[in-house]
Amino acid sequence: MLKKKMEYRDYYDILGVDRNATQDAIKQAYRRLARKYHPDVSKEADADKKFKDLGEAYEVLKDPEKRAAYDKFGSNWQNGQDFEPPPNWDAGFEFRGAGYTGGPDGDYSDFFETLFGRSGYTGGGTRRSTYRMKGEDQHAKIVIRPADAYNGSRQTITLSRATIDDQGRVTTTPHSLQVTIPKGITEGQRIRLEGQGMPGMGGAPAGDLFLEIAIADDPVFKVNKRDIILELPITPWEAALGATITVPTLGGKVQLKIPAGSQGGNKLRLKGRGLSTAKKQGDQIVNLRIVVPEAKTTEQKELYKKMAEIMPTNPRNDLGL
Amino acid sequence: MTWDCKMTDTFTQITGTVLDENTRCSFGDLCRFCGVPAELILEMIDEGLLNPQGTAPGEWHFTAIEIKRVQTTIRLQRDLRVNLPGCALALQLLEELEELRRLHRIR
Repeated sequence: MLKKKMEYRDYYDILGVDRNATQDAIKQAYRRLARKYHPDVSKEADADKKFKDLGEAYEVLKDPEKRAAYDKFGSNWQNGQDFEPPPNWDAGFEFRGAGYTGGPDGDYSDFFETLFGRSGYTGGGTRRSTYRMKGEDQHAKIVIRPADAYNGSRQTITLSRATIDDQGRVTTTPHSLQVTIPKGITEGQRIRLEGQGMPGMGGAPAGDLFLEIAIADDPVFKVNKRDIILELPITPWEAALGATITVPTLGGKVQLKIPAGSQGGNKLRLKGRGLSTAKKQGDQIVNLRIVVPEAKTTEQKELYKKMAEIMPTNPRNDLGL
Repeated sequence: MTWDCKMTDTFTQITGTVLDENTRCSFGDLCRFCGVPAELILEMIDEGLLNPQGTAPGEWHFTAIEIKRVQTTIRLQRDLRVNLPGCALALQLLEELEELRRLHRIR
């Protein structure tokens, strides 16, 4: 095996247990953290990596023999420290090449693979269902701007991609793909990229890549399914008298007619200015917000007083006041 | 390969299939997409996790959200040893949580 620099991994630290924790305590810690960081459950950005780390740590610590071998390195190592195993460190243990006994899928660290071998795609696949010939599907998330969802875009994503060489060894390399994101995609929708997942076994086709779309928060445009929501500040006289106002949309500026007698909180709909596809239309919803000008000068204060005189109003009628 | 594929300088530009509200897939498609036996799909229908449109299995079709439900179920079963009723509960709560997050975002 090619000798390369690798980092020590503190499996006890990853599982948050003492070095003398019982097997039961290790199992409980793993189960608790696996639920917390499971990529289908957790919203944390690095949940995927944390979940993999947990699986790797548990793979070693749940097996008393692997744990005993790992413990022989002592407790003076730090997570991430450069590490090289002492010669014959595994003398007297018989797990090498025995493959995996369960736990989440491969993609283990160099540290793990140097010490305990690779699962490869030949051995250790016991918990992989036998009816399944093609490679594993991969799942990834991509965050795009509202404008990218509106116009469609090209996004470059980098995934770690396993490849199998002539000797059947698996290596993981970063792999970049440029993916076409079609116009009118919405939050949570997924793109299925056929054959872009993990390689298949025994000449079977590769799995698929499922790319889930997330839309980044934007200071101006909020996204609700296919609709774009924009809060539009207007003056009291624009609301009272009506006005034609320039409004930003993801497709450029448009002129919006505010009807006379508008109130704050009223919503106006700009048809087709949301995340639309050929089949589905999204709109832009404009939420009116009335900005009350501050009365600074005497003259301005007089104007408000005059308004009170000419337009007596009780906005608290509905409260019974 | 079935997707459009053309070379650019450094990357391969790829186009996939969007799974959206127009997506309809058959019973067989669903099994193939998710790499699961038909029995699991039938169990999931029994549990109320999937609700195919159409009268006979040969005419059934499923939606994008149902593809996702099957895939999440497989992972929850495999990674967290959740049984099928547990998966149904977890999925219901996860979908509710997603809806609440969406409502919170647009406030």
